[in-house]
Amino acid sequence: MSQVYKSMSLANPAPPFTDIIQKIAAALGGVGLLFMLLALFGNGSIQNSTWLYTALALIMTGTAVFSWRAYMTKPEGIKNNGVWFASLSSKGLWAWILGVVLTGFYVVLYWYPQYLGLGGKDAVNTGLVAFFDPLSMALKGKPASEWFMYGTLYTVAILSFGIKFILKYRHNKYQVIRTISVMFFQLGFAFLLPEIMQKLNQPYYSFTNMWPLNYYFFYDWNLTKLLDAGNMGLFMLLFGLAMVFIISPTLTFFYGKRWYCSWVCGCGGLAETAGDPFRHLSDKSLKAWQIERWMIHGVLVFVTLMTVGVVYSYFNSDRDLLLTKPIVIGLIVLLGATVIGIVQANRKEINLSKNKLSTIIFIIVAIIILLTIIAYFTGNFVINAGMLRSWYGFLIGAAFSGVVGVGFYPLMGSRVWCRFGCPMAALLGLQQKFFSRFRITTNGGQCISCGNCSTYCEMGIDVRAYAQKGQNIVRASCVGCGICAAVCPRGVLKLENGSVDLRSKTTELKAIHIAEGDVRIL
Amino acid sequence: MLRSSGFFLKNVLLKKEKNMHIAIIGNGISGITAARFIRKLSDHEITVISAETDYFFSRTALMYIYMGHMRFEDTKPYEDWFWEKNRIDLKRGYVERINTTEKKLVFKQGETLAYDKLILATGSVPNKFGWPGQDLKRVHGLYSYQDLEAMEKYSDGLQRAVIVGGGLIGLEMAEMFHSRHIPVTILVREKSYWNSVMPTEESAMINREIMRHHIDLQLEEELDEIVDDGNGAACAVITKSGKRIDCGFVGLTAGVSPNIKFLSKTDIETKRGILVNEHLETSIPDIYAIGDCSEQRTPKEGRRGVEAIWYTGRMMGETVAYNICEKPVAYDPGIWFNSAKFLDIEYQVYGDVRADQPEAHRSIYWEDTEGRKSVRIIYDEDRGYVVGFNLMGVRFRHEVCEKWIKEKTKIEDVMKNLELANFDPEFYKKYESDVVAIYNKQSGKNLSVKPQRSWNKVFAFLRS
Repeated sequence: MSQVYKSMSLANPAPPFTDIIQKIAAALGGVGLLFMLLALFGNGSIQNSTWLYTALALIMTGTAVFSWRAYMTKPEGIKNNGVWFASLSSKGLWAWILGVVLTGFYVVLYWYPQYLGLGGKDAVNTGLVAFFDPLSMALKGKPASEWFMYGTLYTVAILSFGIKFILKYRHNKYQVIRTISVMFFQLGFAFLLPEIMQKLNQPYYSFTNMWPLNYYFFYDWNLTKLLDAGNMGLFMLLFGLAMVFIISPTLTFFYGKRWYCSWVCGCGGLAETAGDPFRHLSDKSLKAWQIERWMIHGVLVFVTLMTVGVVYSYFNSDRDLLLTKPIVIGLIVLLGATVIGIVQANRKEINLSKNKLSTIIFIIVAIIILLTIIAYFTGNFVINAGMLRSWYGFLIGAAFSGVVGVGFYPLMGSRVWCRFGCPMAALLGLQQKFFSRFRITTNGGQCISCGNCSTYCEMGIDVRAYAQKGQNIVRASCVGCGICAAVCPRGVLKLENGSVDLRSKTTELKAIHIAEGDVRIL
Repeated sequence: MLRSSGFFLKNVLLKKEKNMHIAIIGNGISGITAARFIRKLSDHEITVISAETDYFFSRTALMYIYMGHMRFEDTKPYEDWFWEKNRIDLKRGYVERINTTEKKLVFKQGETLAYDKLILATGSVPNKFGWPGQDLKRVHGLYSYQDLEAMEKYSDGLQRAVIVGGGLIGLEMAEMFHSRHIPVTILVREKSYWNSVMPTEESAMINREIMRHHIDLQLEEELDEIVDDGNGAACAVITKSGKRIDCGFVGLTAGVSPNIKFLSKTDIETKRGILVNEHLETSIPDIYAIGDCSEQRTPKEGRRGVEAIWYTGRMMGETVAYNICEKPVAYDPGIWFNSAKFLDIEYQVYGDVRADQPEAHRSIYWEDTEGRKSVRIIYDEDRGYVVGFNLMGVRFRHEVCEKWIKEKTKIEDVMKNLELANFDPEFYKKYESDVVAIYNKQSGKNLSVKPQRSWNKVFAFLRS
């Protein structure tokens, strides 16, 4: 006779759906958001500091408690169960709704801030912007702007979801420290410090926001503002220049662009925290990589031309002029020569076939000749700096980095902007690829080609393609978030810095046991 | 274009090498690696045949599809355009018969395909030991894409799954159901999980990890029979001790065997698997066998004839390509290595690590206070050199371990330089000095660890 067996153990102590505490936490956070909605739609009775701080506290507490229940009730480890089943994280209905809401918010924020209650020149704020007045008064002694409101919400998002991310990856010290870093830099350097400086009658300046991400650094009004602000202004100006030309190249040489993109940067900060549930949505195809390279380097060229023009016009008060024939041609020749030089010098390391190399050189030479001809025939080849500047502000500064950059999180992943549009990422990326000690090493032959690394790469790098042939990953776009190494079930990937093999860090085929000198990867 | 025409000039016109048609049965890691390397080395025509899927996918990632970590397309290591671009023909079909005299494959639908050389890379099938009810519906192994589909199909409304067998795949299957909040019972014949392979402490750690996840682990319990619900599907299992466990799915994960049944009508010599020599040639000329389905006639010392793991499959795929492309090379799997993940604990092994150590082997075993990480370093006490590494929850560097083992490095040198092997992410807690303290204690020596985690040091060591 067989006895009927009933297991005493539960299947999985964490309930499949949200538990009651999580529901309450979600409700609390929802109430916080509701206050903001009430403020937005003109409920005057909640326009005071108590309601504001309560709302912010509710949102942060709600998120923290919700995540606490989500992760602390389970053993520590990788938490990707059901990622591709949930509507929100798999481009389902909720993802589209969130995408539309976020995109809409950014459109209003950038182009119709009056609907958020921005008072304008002499009018007082109303609505949502006014809701943030108490905090703004406390920090800088002035009423809030739409950017202050946005900055506060942005910081709250990084802090709340940063806590969630830390709980989720609490077993991984690299992730924990990195996340504390982005939370610190956002709260301290991007949010509080610039606001407090204003209260101290100093110019608005964020130490961690450098050119070319901070594309208006060289604008006349910014330069004038800094130069008019005495010693502190001068210090800010010099620090900004040092960031671009000394500090950033040095740090990138030693640690790769991750020191900025996934440790300091605010855009990266939001992507790593609030954007984490969407990281796997980045497109990993070769096609996407090709588009990425054209777009991001295009933006870098755009911002460089624009800045050169702006600086030129700053020093030659004749504001409209710019980039005359000799300058344009000179610039292009210089740029072309530099690119050819770099490529030529590193041909072996970056594995370019002669074919490809000659194609690149051909394209560059063709562009130079074409532009020279245009310049010759138009006689007065002029690019208007003012025009460049306003188009850059509209297309890249607002539409790309804001509306698309965050609005499309739920559909294209959390790093759309960083991957396709950020000129800072492009610049640091070039350096990371050609002149940095950073790489991701592959652990011999341990790769099982499972694809977790590629799937969870927010930058859309096909990490597996390298790992499975035992090759280090040296990619311009890699922000060094370390998630590929974290999700790898076999301990194959490691972020490392080293100087001994700077010129051969992409050597391939370490995984293979059969020695053959001339084996090449297809 | 230019490159391939250059190739044409060099290899076809000048060398007058004749292009052969190479057929590969099986699009797993072995078959696909063979195809890729043949393409690298030659201009032969290549056809890869599979009854399972249109494109190569990573079999080891099946579990992640079920758990929602990845979609099926994410498990494909190469994009779909890759095959045409590299002139590797993919054919979906089931080869029913091989006509070795006419060098022809006969498909289930009756069509035929001629080959000049044939590579058999047909993989494994889950073991079935003649249990009553083993062929019922709702009874599956976890090997193929079809197994995954079956698990998916029967998961709907599933109240409990029972998994038979205490190996790697059994635990993967348990983790899969667990991720969907389906209660799982694992029946393990042994006293402790996977203790036929793992030393006692590591095996105990896995037991604890399974229970920490609240999976019902039944040790020293064997399957006796699977109960038919009257409609040809499983509804319960009865164990050897007489327990009846109601369940809507039975996972058979008591190991795998070479998938060679379809060869029974040919004269290709088989034992457990398809017998091959060191050049991976079978008993019939121009037919090779690689991966899970093959069996070495004379395995290397300390190795088994059939080794059904990803890594050996990949190495055999590469080796066979060289042999077919007239660059004869013997199959040499090198120093043994493997890896797995037991729920949240990663596992890596390098070299000679056995559940029952030979007398001369001595262990240095360190475990962290929470009992979820461990390092075991095994050395030959008589000769004083290192032979193996067994890691739980800790990552070690493959090349460094391999070099130490290959060069029969003295255990003292390994201890002093232990940080070279560390592959944990940055900022992780160091444990090397704890490991060395244990060695010092058991040997009476007084060694200390050199701080050298940096890549520069590792690189210098690997090049030395």
